[in-house]
Amino acid sequence: MHTQTLAQISAALHAKKISSEELTRDYLTRIKSFDGSINAYITVTEEEAIANAQRADKLFAKGEAGALTGVPIAHKDIFCTQGVRTSCASKMLDNFIAPYNATCVAKLADAGVVSLGKTNMDEFAMGSSNETSFYGAVKNPWALEAVPGGSSGGSAAVVAAGLAAAATGTDTGGSIRQPAALTGVTGLKPTYGRVSRYGMIAFASSLDQGGSLTRSAEDAAMMLQAMAGFDAKDSTSIDKPVPDYSAELNHSLQGLRIGLPKEYFSEGLAAEVEQCVQDAITHYRKLGAEVVEVSLPHTDLAIPVYYVIAPAECSANLSRFDGVRFGYRCKDPVDLEDLYKRSRGEGFGTEVKRRIMMGAYVLSAGYYDAYYLKAQRIRRLIRDDFLQAFKNVDVILGPTTPTPAFNLAEKQKDPITMYFSDIYTIAVNLAGLPAISVPVGFVGGRPVGMQLIGGLFEEARLLNVAHKFQMETDWHLQTPILKADQ
Amino acid sequence: MVLDSDKVKKIAHLARLGIKEEDIPGYAQDLNKILGLVENMSAIKTEAILPLAHPMEVAQRLRADVVTEVDQRVHFQKNAPAVEAGLYLVPKVIE
Repeated sequence: MHTQTLAQISAALHAKKISSEELTRDYLTRIKSFDGSINAYITVTEEEAIANAQRADKLFAKGEAGALTGVPIAHKDIFCTQGVRTSCASKMLDNFIAPYNATCVAKLADAGVVSLGKTNMDEFAMGSSNETSFYGAVKNPWALEAVPGGSSGGSAAVVAAGLAAAATGTDTGGSIRQPAALTGVTGLKPTYGRVSRYGMIAFASSLDQGGSLTRSAEDAAMMLQAMAGFDAKDSTSIDKPVPDYSAELNHSLQGLRIGLPKEYFSEGLAAEVEQCVQDAITHYRKLGAEVVEVSLPHTDLAIPVYYVIAPAECSANLSRFDGVRFGYRCKDPVDLEDLYKRSRGEGFGTEVKRRIMMGAYVLSAGYYDAYYLKAQRIRRLIRDDFLQAFKNVDVILGPTTPTPAFNLAEKQKDPITMYFSDIYTIAVNLAGLPAISVPVGFVGGRPVGMQLIGGLFEEARLLNVAHKFQMETDWHLQTPILKADQ
Repeated sequence: MVLDSDKVKKIAHLARLGIKEEDIPGYAQDLNKILGLVENMSAIKTEAILPLAHPMEVAQRLRADVVTEVDQRVHFQKNAPAVEAGLYLVPKVIE
């Protein structure tokens, strides 16, 4: 059952071929057998999961079950889960028991899902390899010596390894799509404002967006249906009707206009990765799509702009961790300043501290205009590049990452080389657009992802375009061979 | 080199981050590299372009100025490192 899609699992539950309790116990057993070497979970909530599965089975008995009832999923440990440790993979929150549920978590619970636990991630979602976690790196289920990507690396790994049927994730500069690509799963980052950020621990508030990691686009449609919608508790939530995503999956792609940004198919893109993406483009041509070149001329400025805006927002957001109201406190502070400085210095890891300092610097007196305001001006140019491109095309297609998964420790020494693994994903967050990463092949046994970018609130179209491809191919159905831990 | 060790110490102080003395040069080196990358922004003249703070240029929603939250102090303070009589405890600030 663990190799099945959410849609297939849901069908089996509704056909009473398996109960939610049996299914949940099966996943919990798999986690015990395999997660020791993958390290994708920070917390497994076994008792709660079984109790919720039993509750789901009662709904099936009464005929009151919905599409997601009884389906075992996992939450990225950035989402607050009431009564359950919510660590954000940081020493700072190692002892933090969330006092309330994130809206996403509550909505999925209302839809009947069973949460198996909380997944590992880069600390405070800052990283592209999952190596910045306080709980240790996550390993790529396809090659244990490789990273799974990040920051939602644990969520990607549990889906790839069959340790959950689906998982939630968050994406600030590629944190859903990049790990999805590196682990061979489908990762959807919705439009900014589509999914509530309430209870999602903030990194960069103008860029963060919750989404899903699943086996297929069809599964992503089911997850988004439950997660999307207006939330008065999130001041940046957009009040717009939520379409029926599953109903929109099967539209013909005849006449669809696909744009290939020439800047995404240039220097830095591994030739084997490009070949996988070109093969996917050939499929789309066969499905009746028209493929044209587009240009996103400010692409090379996306990373510089991001590394001003994201750290600036992070330095403000992370000032709440003060060692006073919640989280880590240093031992025996001599005065208040010592309490703040040592609690934060000892509680945060290196990458988080680096970004907080970067943010504090670009926001400091005398530098604000030169860095922060300048970055926001270029952000407009980057956004306008997409608006211009979407005048001529329906979706934009390209690689999700320049290379397949790299090895653990390979890019850890130099933050800049790590930052460049998000080169194709970062601009999408600056523009607030939805995008999805879909598996399109393997290079040296490691998965390759293709990214589809849509106009604002065009999730239904993206899911349709991804789903039609997955109907023709089976890259998304491949599963890694795992060795059980001793 | 834009940032020397003294500047890094000043930034760490502004951000209330305790950084070990021996780690300062490493942070200085990394921050300078990132600033070098950010320097690429100067390739573009931006005076005439308006800053973009929200991708859809939506203004922050406002709500009526009424109390919407219930008192959950006891519940929230379960996560606090030190509390007494409903108050958060910190080292003495005023002698």
